[in-house]
Amino acid sequence: MTQINNSLKKRKKDLTFWQRIYIPEIIKGLSLTMKNMLRPKFTMEYPEEKFIPPASYRGRPVLVMERSGDERCVACGLCSRVCPALAIEVQAAETEREKERYPEKFEINMLRCIFCGLCEEVCPEEAIVMSKDYELAFTNRDDAIYGKDKLLVPVDQLQDRIEFLRKYK
Amino acid sequence: MPKITIDGKELEFKQGQTIIQAAADYGIDIPHFCYHPKLSISGNCRICLVEVERMPKLVIACATLASDGMVVHTNSEKTIAARNAVMEFILINHPLDCPICDEAGECKLQDYAYQHSTGESRFVEEKVHKDKRVQLGPHVMFDGERCISCSRCIRFCDEIAKDSELTFVQRGDRVTITTFPGEQLDNPYSMNVVDICPVGALTNSDFRFKARVWDMSLTNSICTGCSRGCNIEIWVRNNEILRLTPRHNEEVNSYWMCDHGRLNTFKFVNASDRIDCPQLRLNGSLKKVEWDEAFSFLSNKLKQFSKNEIAVIGSAYSTCEDNYIVSKFAKNTLGTYNVDFIRHIDPSFADDILRTEDLTPNSRGAELVGVFPEKNGLDLNGIVRSIKDGKIKALYLIEDDILSFDPILEEYLKKLELFVIHTSNYNRSCDYADVILPAATYAEKNGTFVNIQGRVQRIRPAVATTELDRSLDGMSLSRLDKFGTSFDRWAQGKKYDAKSTWKILTNLSSYFGQKYKYQSSEDVFMDITRNISEFNGLDYESIGLLGKELSFDKVKI
Repeated sequence: MTQINNSLKKRKKDLTFWQRIYIPEIIKGLSLTMKNMLRPKFTMEYPEEKFIPPASYRGRPVLVMERSGDERCVACGLCSRVCPALAIEVQAAETEREKERYPEKFEINMLRCIFCGLCEEVCPEEAIVMSKDYELAFTNRDDAIYGKDKLLVPVDQLQDRIEFLRKYK
Repeated sequence: MPKITIDGKELEFKQGQTIIQAAADYGIDIPHFCYHPKLSISGNCRICLVEVERMPKLVIACATLASDGMVVHTNSEKTIAARNAVMEFILINHPLDCPICDEAGECKLQDYAYQHSTGESRFVEEKVHKDKRVQLGPHVMFDGERCISCSRCIRFCDEIAKDSELTFVQRGDRVTITTFPGEQLDNPYSMNVVDICPVGALTNSDFRFKARVWDMSLTNSICTGCSRGCNIEIWVRNNEILRLTPRHNEEVNSYWMCDHGRLNTFKFVNASDRIDCPQLRLNGSLKKVEWDEAFSFLSNKLKQFSKNEIAVIGSAYSTCEDNYIVSKFAKNTLGTYNVDFIRHIDPSFADDILRTEDLTPNSRGAELVGVFPEKNGLDLNGIVRSIKDGKIKALYLIEDDILSFDPILEEYLKKLELFVIHTSNYNRSCDYADVILPAATYAEKNGTFVNIQGRVQRIRPAVATTELDRSLDGMSLSRLDKFGTSFDRWAQGKKYDAKSTWKILTNLSSYFGQKYKYQSSEDVFMDITRNISEFNGLDYESIGLLGKELSFDKVKI
């Protein structure tokens, strides 16, 4: 304790004359402020102005909809299995299409989702990807469960992310 | 006894065993696809190659007889290299279908690909294409590309089902399986080929794509399709039974079960016609009520009849515990000796493999625990006759449909002053019932069945009712069951407000001033073991997974 007191006393003595009169320090601080005022802005006037994230951004997970209008997903259930938060529920069913199997029900509980991207990583069909959508607000629990109607996004809108995945996955 | 050395361990074996059998007896697993302990040896998959000292080449463990002094290496460098090579060959034409294949998760090929292969394919050419989605029979779907030509299904039909329906056609990499011209894979045991298929080539049309195997919980139980009592596993997801599979029990069903048992004995558990709360008929229409109201209504009504005006019909569909209490309730509480149960016999159902002519799982048990008339009481035919005569005025029917026994009874049921029924699902008798009490199905309760061989076997709850909690009541849990909350749609499977018949009757008895101190079905069973000589000395633990023979030497039936 005494040591600390000593060092504090010592420090007081250490201040130079200019430091003690404080005015140069104010000028120093204000000049930094002025400098930053003239720099380009980083903030945005959300929601009028929106942030468009880069391809590496992990927004809400979405399902890829092919140009034919069908989902790419084959309902293998790996995303559901790997999901550490158990956010995904998949119910498979049979179709006449070549891939035999499709998700009759695909629900992501956005209250459970932690945006880790493991679903995207494990997907063998590149059918679930992380989108750039970060605007998620709900007023009740049921609204937070996204079904296929909200999850399916045309493949053309997701090209950015898919290319990113092919490069880095 | 002759001795064989496998991986440095000296093991005794029986003369005539092959290497793979000798090893299996000591828990040493040699990889195999085509070998099955209950089928003839075919030796065509080659994955079980092992190194035997002083043999010039590797030999297949499934078809090489073990001999005294033989020294086998199952994990030597040479064997591993050979195994990897065999895996690579098999995988050449195997499609990468795992994401859409039902077998994924319980696939031998998938497992071995992890354990015994290099993990990379050197095959860059186009794989051979064969027919996919071929309906081989009413319940089995075939995918030619996934087939690894192990011939287990062919041998099963020839040797176990005794109905040759399948065969190989074509040669080389074009080889595929098909039914004989004009035939279908429709023998009564056809779906066992789905279980023994080491890959996803043969899949269950009924279960197809319903769930992934890792999402389900499984519970050891007994099939209720007939009195054989095949050991089964019940696969449940979100409190719904999705499929049944046979469980190995050499004394009863070996590895098999029939298609009837597999398909027709579980759908009623989650059917829409389940009775899910007690119902009383007031002024001609059924009204849903609380248990207490039903019990007090029912006990007041029952007290109005003299002993000889009441008949109680037990059930060969419910457990020994249930029937024991039914008999006690009838004879001690109601004081009637008009007690019997309905036998459902269909000789055309029986065969010499597993099926029996008795279509109920527990008629022997019901009889043993006392569901039979005593002291001039009426048997079933007597009860039916007396209902027609109007001598029986109150009928208490447990878990059965009396109209299936005697359809003519329909008009007489209307005349009964009181008709009580315990049932899990709606049946035609319910139309005439004054009181309907929801009974738990075999998949929702603990208990025992006695099969045709006199073997007592356990059933366990696989589906939760409102009074059961999966974790607190020791039921098997899937990952989804463990972590689901009431807000998760995948954890909100319907729970029915149903009780085991023994529990309903002990509760009802308290309205007659009789208190039974049973807390669980095990307590009831312990009482049975004390009072019924055939059950002496048994308990749930000793019955275990595979059941126990009852001792019939003391009393002859």
